[in-house]
Amino acid sequence: MNNSSSFDIEITARAKYLSLVRSLVEEAAETKTSLSRTQVEDFKVAVSEATTNAIEAHARASSDETIKIRCTVDSERVEFRIADKGCGFYPDQIQPLPEPDDPDRLTFERGLGIYLMKVLADEVEIQSNKNGTEVTLVIQVGKSNTAVTE
Amino acid sequence: MDFNVIVASQNGWEVLSISGEIDMATAPQFRKQLLDTINASLPTITPKLVLNLTSVDFIDSTGLGVLLGATKRVRGAGGDIRLVQNNPRLAELLAMTRLDQIIDVFASVAEATEGAAADAPSNTNSDASTGNDL
Repeated sequence: MNNSSSFDIEITARAKYLSLVRSLVEEAAETKTSLSRTQVEDFKVAVSEATTNAIEAHARASSDETIKIRCTVDSERVEFRIADKGCGFYPDQIQPLPEPDDPDRLTFERGLGIYLMKVLADEVEIQSNKNGTEVTLVIQVGKSNTAVTE
Repeated sequence: MDFNVIVASQNGWEVLSISGEIDMATAPQFRKQLLDTINASLPTITPKLVLNLTSVDFIDSTGLGVLLGATKRVRGAGGDIRLVQNNPRLAELLAMTRLDQIIDVFASVAEATEGAAADAPSNTNSDASTGNDL
């Protein structure tokens, strides 16, 4: 990244901090005035989803460690990296969203988070192992397509 | 975090007007309010719920999951559930997750409690669970 700036925060794995994280996304995105309101709102949802998953991962692992979030902004993109110390998961084993007329769709109350991340961020990278998960989400200035790497 | 639910009756429907943010932090309160409203109808009458989301500032997959759970519960009891919203952002999320093909969406509470959906989806799910979980 050229002429980039970044900041790091750590949060305890509590849901009450989600709104704080969304505020940080807003603050970071505001430095890029060319980002549309829709792009910013989309990115807030994506980052919130990743942070929610991190909080849930710490709860499942009974981990008291903090969740680390790094935001990097440069002339072309805004990047959020969310790292947890949960037990990890297998991104390729996530169930696809059932069709609306599929009776199973009404039982699909969870699992929408990663789906939304992939749809709403321009780039998504998920690295996960038994020691934790790191999700990198990128919104590109002046672009709104989606690329996914796992 | 701002979150509030006001319940009122209108034309035979229980209208829940929700305001604020619906995420992992507020979803438990939202889920409880929905369950309380649904259970208050049972077993004497089938639940008919309108969820007015026009004052919701933010909703994520956790909140959408609660909506889906409520839909499953209400339809499992033979009732009906409708959404009211006029926010393009929420419309986008409902479309992305295809919830707008599962739950009827209206532009106003008046339309939801009086009219029929313009594009009512064929969302008959008679085999939906009637368990206590949303």
